[in-house]
Amino acid sequence: MTAPLIKLTKKDFVSDQEIRWCPGCADFAILAGVQKLMPELGIAREKIVFVSGIGCSSRFPYYMNTYGFHTIHGRAPAIATGLKMANPDLNVWMVTGDGDALSIGGNHLIHALRRNVDLKILLFDNRIYGLTKGQASPTSELGKKTKSSPFGTVDRPFNPLSLALGAGATFVARTSANDMPHMLNVLKRAAAHKGSAFVEIWQNCVVFNDGAFDEWSEKDVRDERLLKLEHGKALSYGKAKDKGLRIGGGFTLEQGAAEGAVVHDEARDDVALATALAALEPPWPQVMGVLRAVSRPTVDALAREQEQDSEKALKGPLTMEALLQSGDTWDVEADA
Amino acid sequence: MTISGSTAIVDLEHAVIRFAGDSGDGMQLTGTEFTREAAMHGNDLATFPDYPAEIRAPAGTTAGVSGYQIQFASHEVFSAGDQPDTLVAMNPAALKVHLVDLKRGGLLVVNEAAFTKADLDRAGWTSNPLTDGQVDSFRVIKVDFERLVAKAVEGTGVSARDAARCKNFYALGLVFWIYSRDTVREEASIRERFAKTPMLAEANLRAFKAGYFYGETTEAPDAHYAIAPARLKAGKYRNVTGNSALALGLIAAGQRAGLRLFFGSYPITPASDILHELSKYRRFKVTTFQAEDEIAAIASAIGASFGGALGMTASSGPGIALKGEALGLAVMTELPLVVVNVQRGGPSTGLPTKTEQSDLFQAVYGRNGECPLPVIASRSPADCFEVAYEACKIAIDYRTPVLLLSDGSIANGSEPWLLPELTGLPSIEHNQLTDPTGFMPYKRDEKLARPWAIPGTPGLEHRIGGLEKDALTGNVSYDAVNHEKMVRTRAEKVRRIADGFPKTEPAFDQAGEVLVIGWGGTYGSITQAVMEARAGGLRVGHVHLRHLFPLPNDLLEVVGRFEKVLIPELNLGQLRLHLRGQLGIEAIGLNKVQGKPFHVAEVLSAIQSLARLDAAQEIA
Repeated sequence: MTAPLIKLTKKDFVSDQEIRWCPGCADFAILAGVQKLMPELGIAREKIVFVSGIGCSSRFPYYMNTYGFHTIHGRAPAIATGLKMANPDLNVWMVTGDGDALSIGGNHLIHALRRNVDLKILLFDNRIYGLTKGQASPTSELGKKTKSSPFGTVDRPFNPLSLALGAGATFVARTSANDMPHMLNVLKRAAAHKGSAFVEIWQNCVVFNDGAFDEWSEKDVRDERLLKLEHGKALSYGKAKDKGLRIGGGFTLEQGAAEGAVVHDEARDDVALATALAALEPPWPQVMGVLRAVSRPTVDALAREQEQDSEKALKGPLTMEALLQSGDTWDVEADA
Repeated sequence: MTISGSTAIVDLEHAVIRFAGDSGDGMQLTGTEFTREAAMHGNDLATFPDYPAEIRAPAGTTAGVSGYQIQFASHEVFSAGDQPDTLVAMNPAALKVHLVDLKRGGLLVVNEAAFTKADLDRAGWTSNPLTDGQVDSFRVIKVDFERLVAKAVEGTGVSARDAARCKNFYALGLVFWIYSRDTVREEASIRERFAKTPMLAEANLRAFKAGYFYGETTEAPDAHYAIAPARLKAGKYRNVTGNSALALGLIAAGQRAGLRLFFGSYPITPASDILHELSKYRRFKVTTFQAEDEIAAIASAIGASFGGALGMTASSGPGIALKGEALGLAVMTELPLVVVNVQRGGPSTGLPTKTEQSDLFQAVYGRNGECPLPVIASRSPADCFEVAYEACKIAIDYRTPVLLLSDGSIANGSEPWLLPELTGLPSIEHNQLTDPTGFMPYKRDEKLARPWAIPGTPGLEHRIGGLEKDALTGNVSYDAVNHEKMVRTRAEKVRRIADGFPKTEPAFDQAGEVLVIGWGGTYGSITQAVMEARAGGLRVGHVHLRHLFPLPNDLLEVVGRFEKVLIPELNLGQLRLHLRGQLGIEAIGLNKVQGKPFHVAEVLSAIQSLARLDAAQEIA
């Protein structure tokens, strides 16, 4: 049963719940962006579900006037997988954070990605634990001083993009909550992707890790430090777009002039280029945009295909009665 | 082939056979093949497979011994039997482990070829038991399986190695002759099993026949029996293991409710066969999902239930421990969910392939917070069908996770199953909401169940989660009074399930000296023991609890009709403490934790001792 598709607006996606994020939290921008995007998708509101885990970001479903499930710490990918496999007509989004997705839920995240569940995954990365008040997260930089690491962390962080690519994600992108046009564009691309779409969103935590992304967001430096990926365009950056990345010897990228830079191809079958781009660390520019977008069958579709495949599905008993009686049966006659 | 020979056939009412050999000897297959023929012959039966956790423990050692016991009879059978009448030992290690159980004067069939010095050493025998008098009190059939099998398969072209692997069918053939089994069906079964390799089919067939002919030709002394079909209730039967019956019960419930089944599972002994079974039946709208871990298995099932399917998962104790938090989420969000625990010896990894009633406490009490959910237990392999069906019905009717307890002996054991009339099963209405008028996510019906509102339904958009809910809107609420109200409401909802239980009627005596209360896989041993105790003049009743939480409303009243209560359990007294805590019932426990079922004799002796106790002794 589907309601006639009436023209929805952003307002239709705003729930009646009071938003309880801290004033100035970048989550507000992401919420506004997603609410703005939703009507543009042309999907009936009742078909949309937001699933989350635990953490500041995971309160997100309460603020969306769609179906929503605020689950338990780290398990959102598994719950969303079951939801999508049981009900493939739904448009399922997952909202998670760096602790939820990469620490306690790391296993579920990589398996959702390798299965290519048709699921849009928004990872709000603020490089800190917010809801538990300021402990180091798996994306906190090495040596970071936090409540749980007063002398600095001693464990190296994950690179979320590398992790997603390594897990076989079919869509991998990065954007930032403080660049609304870019974020909207990436979210739109993710929404259109059939399969697991993994989007890392840089998101500033004003209370526990304020300024975490300043070195890439300050106006005077950001063009030099960020490389915005565009499919079919050269990997160039800098205010004058005069710098570029080229393939050097020994399977590495090289910085150099824009001329002769590698042309970005997000649809490449292999992950070599995307992996190299994901792994760039300062002083190299950080890439923003879609690193990889390839088409692969989704687990939810493949599972349904097996049901429809008469070779497989119609083998064996056809009715419940026949199923009960499968194998050897015998009759016991009533005593005369 | 027909049954012939001049030795007199002795008619028996029942017999217990144990097949024992190395893990690689194919004893589980031998046992199940004999079981199938016994079932098809019309005997009632019960089986107990018992095998090591290692796939191939060091060959020839006692650690690697795999056993399969069957009791079959011309009357109703409740357990796989205490002591075997016939023991088939394929090697010295099998004899070492199992000889102690063989009945005095019982029949011992041994593969003489495996009793070399090296074999004996590996099994820990200091001298050869076949020649040093240790088996003198048994009737022994010593056969050189290796040589006779090698001769039998000559000309088939199979390798020496493959020939040696046919010896279990030789043993099966011999036992077929001893118990006068018809060989036609077995021969067909061998042909079918090895249909892809005709050479192996021929070799195994010849080994089987050679074993049979050995019995016939040598006219094994005092070892030729017949057991007539049992007079079971009329109807169509099949033999079924607990895990298969359980899977079928789940499918039947899904079909009846008109719901997709979503089964999320992570492989674990002894529950994996439920996943294997369900994964075959795509056409019955069964989605199976082999998850990355135990947590994902239940989490995916919860997601599926949220999406309108009937979510379910199965595991064993260690896996259920991992699912604890997600079970709390299902309780909080009040979604239908069926969680099966096929129990095994614990704690931790414990005894993966051995049975134990290990997890009653975990099932009833093992979660954070006030987290009540219904717990029901199956008592035998065939009973798993009905219990699985009921678990689904409760889950759907009350919008709650249900924990279903099975155990290793039920899961792998088998018995004849009178196939149910599907139309006779209670109806299951999913009542998923479609009308948005007045929708409130936590507005309850008379059972206190909340609406099941499925994503995709216009006008029912709502949010749920693990945070405490407002009693009506389902919005997050930290209100103190609301929390207490919700805690009490969730408890009352589960308690009300008991209002729908049938009256508790003890089997056998309705009042008397001893009431035996059991649950789960001890059903057969207790039933047999109570029958024997009553034959000895005692007045004994037996209540076998399917519903462990909530408990039946009338249980205390039933207990009051008996002087004493005995609770036999394969743990240190979990039901005893549960009944004492919930209902104040004082009972004596009979407790065993050896990874094995009760012997009937153990339960019988406990009933008799308890009946003899006077009040003064009881206090001491």
